[in-house]
Amino acid sequence: MSNKEMGAQTGEVRQAGARNINPVVWSALSLAVILLFNLIFTRGFFSITIKEGHLFGSLIDILKRASPTLLIALGMTLVIATKGIDISVGSVAAIAGSVAALVVRGGDITYLQETIHATVPLFPVFAFALLAAALCGLFNGFLVSFIGIQPIVATLILMITGRGVAVLLTGGYVLNFDHARFEFVGTGYLLGLPFPLILAVGVFVIVFGLTKLTPLGLLIQATGGNTTASRYSGVNTRVVQMLVYLISGLCSGIAGIIITSDVRSADANYMGLWLELNAILAVVIGGTAMTGGRFKLFGTIFGALIIQSLITTILTRGVQVQFTLIVKSLVVIFVILIQSERTREFFAKSRRKITSTG
Amino acid sequence: MDDQDILKLSGITKSFPGVLALSDVDFTLKTGEIHALMGENGAGKSTLIKVFTGVYKRDAGEIVYEGNRIEVHSPLHAQEMGISTVYQEVNLVHNLSVAENLFLGRQPMKSGRIAWKTINKAAVEILDQFDLHIDVRENLGNYPVAIQQMVAIARALELNSKILILDEPTSSLNIEEVEKLFEQMRRLKKEGQAIIFITHFIDQAFQISDRITVLRNGTYIGTYQTEAITKIDLISKLLGREYEKLVQVEAKKLEEEEKAAQEDAYIRTEQLGKRGSIEPFDIKVHKGEVVGCAGLLGSGRTELANLLFGIDSPDRGTVYIEGKAVKIANPRKAMKHGIALSPEDRKEQGIVQDMTVRENIILALQVRKGWFRNLSSKEQKEIADRYIKMLDIKTPSTEQVMKNLSGGNQQKVIIARWLASNPQFLILDEPTRGIDVGAKTEMQKLVVDLSKQNLAVLFISSEIEEISRCSNKVLVLHDREVVQTLYSEDINEQSIMHAIAERHAEDTDVE
Repeated sequence: MSNKEMGAQTGEVRQAGARNINPVVWSALSLAVILLFNLIFTRGFFSITIKEGHLFGSLIDILKRASPTLLIALGMTLVIATKGIDISVGSVAAIAGSVAALVVRGGDITYLQETIHATVPLFPVFAFALLAAALCGLFNGFLVSFIGIQPIVATLILMITGRGVAVLLTGGYVLNFDHARFEFVGTGYLLGLPFPLILAVGVFVIVFGLTKLTPLGLLIQATGGNTTASRYSGVNTRVVQMLVYLISGLCSGIAGIIITSDVRSADANYMGLWLELNAILAVVIGGTAMTGGRFKLFGTIFGALIIQSLITTILTRGVQVQFTLIVKSLVVIFVILIQSERTREFFAKSRRKITSTG
Repeated sequence: MDDQDILKLSGITKSFPGVLALSDVDFTLKTGEIHALMGENGAGKSTLIKVFTGVYKRDAGEIVYEGNRIEVHSPLHAQEMGISTVYQEVNLVHNLSVAENLFLGRQPMKSGRIAWKTINKAAVEILDQFDLHIDVRENLGNYPVAIQQMVAIARALELNSKILILDEPTSSLNIEEVEKLFEQMRRLKKEGQAIIFITHFIDQAFQISDRITVLRNGTYIGTYQTEAITKIDLISKLLGREYEKLVQVEAKKLEEEEKAAQEDAYIRTEQLGKRGSIEPFDIKVHKGEVVGCAGLLGSGRTELANLLFGIDSPDRGTVYIEGKAVKIANPRKAMKHGIALSPEDRKEQGIVQDMTVRENIILALQVRKGWFRNLSSKEQKEIADRYIKMLDIKTPSTEQVMKNLSGGNQQKVIIARWLASNPQFLILDEPTRGIDVGAKTEMQKLVVDLSKQNLAVLFISSEIEEISRCSNKVLVLHDREVVQTLYSEDINEQSIMHAIAERHAEDTDVE
């Protein structure tokens, strides 16, 4: 075998190797690059201090702020894996947050100058908020699986009317409150870590467990990969679809509760606005394809962290506000490009060309 | 070359990676002729059309059009030269009006605007020729397929077509609609239009065509004057077995045996049927028996399978499982009754391409086990390994992605999926289609082996040879109806072909 042939062969192998790298690895690498950038250019970015037994620092801040996006993106990952999409998540978060605020205030929706000091027990707050979120999820699931409306249209309905419902619930006011134990959900610390982070990790463990320890993961993949073939194999694809939209609704509900608790008020008009887009981005950056089938829950974690790190980095770098969105989108395009098979093939080819001519 | 020949293809050859789709095919078309192009699935009809309408580039051969050798670069180029195709799936815009569709891309303008009045008036005139009196301002999508097809044909002719290709135009039309279409085809023929009529309906080819060209497995079998060939001859050309005139084969009546057998038939149907899909039929499959199901394309084979597996719901008749009447409302119910179906369309209905071999194999078993009994990854791997070994599936590992397997091995994975779920009655719809010869023989052996393991098997195939070799009993379907049942020693290729042909003869023939 001549040298040239050998070269071509190893080139083949390398190319095949590059193609087999898990997209999750690429998103993890992208996150590392962003952090590395900060390590070099942002002073004190990696410093973590302990104040009153809590951890403080930019990294902790990123983890905390990423939690709502991460929660929503988890549900979104499963929905996208069934070839669907849920663009109502922001509105569902707003509904859940409004319900929570309403219950905290004992149903009082009159606008008050002073903050209400409430002492309502926590259980009904969570129960009603999550119930509302679950109903939203089931409504989406019903429209998609039983009525057969395209997911983007079906969830668009709730995206629009959902926010209307939230505004209706709050009477159009910003419902503020003061409830020490409820505020813990969004602002508290447990074991030195922000509570929203712990909540998000907890939900991740549950969702991950559901997909690994029950047939849910397999059935979601089958439904998204080939709905007809799944039905021919006896999979109840409608129930699978109902379930993923229910999970997505619940995740959005928890995110809504965290947001409300964090800002001690429910503003139905702005709560969770555009959250769906960040969540979808997180899923895609994390390596789950919009075409359905295989999904990467770990990738979604990296995706959510990339987005939040970006936002934080842009803010701390002092990029002028009007450029932040553009910088963010440029980085997102870059991350998606390095994940694409075609880009990598392109580079593999040009590399081979260089080696063969040189 | 005949003066009348408008198109002459010779030595057309086209191969795709691993498949020789067309090998040295000839075809001629005259002006004022309706020429039927026939062949079973995969015979190469569409490939041939696509080669001379510029969709595919041919590997070898020559195209002579109006006396000149030509190259066709694209479908648009073909259309500019006067070769128009109307596909089975009408390729017009549903959300535009009938008139807009007729004039799409060449709207008459008047002072910078589209002249709607002119368009609508012209559209009415065009459709009048077709005896179609409809509101041309209505969206095309609101009309039935038959009318859409007519509009598509009208549009094709308005583009000054010299050759009109109709690709399976009648497959979604009812009898009256077919008759109307034929009327128009005859009128166009009289006006000197050359028409290629692709169809798998033998009766229709005889009704309308002047000549018939038959392709089989990508090779050219021959071109025949329609009045000079009999249906029986045509069928044997299509299926590839020379039909010998035989004495009438009478299906042996095994009444006594049958009665005894009826008691323990695993599945039995009584006048099960669905209007417009398949006529009521009786079928009985015992454990340890292979029942073959033969018939031409469109004879209702798949429809029969779909009714038994709950993909379609019947509107009459009853299914008995081990003597008990049951309702099979969906595939899950069918699975509960021990029924399994390996579907006809492997890619669309069978495999999940992006899942691994392991996941594809355990899918049905997991469904049967339900939500609360999850197969651990160790169990999954063991099951997958067992069936990979048992069916000799060629894959580097259980974790190989399904789409990387060959057709024959994908088919085996689907069978493995069902065997793992432990069925009693296995329906195999065309399990040997599109797989290479070696894999075919293996599959046939597997069918027989499965029945020996006391499974009841329904074996559907368009290849009469394999049906006759593997089956204990054969149902013959024609025109969505079970027309004959053949038993043990009466089963051979001739008897099956005879059963199909005889019915064709009865339909119209008065010789």
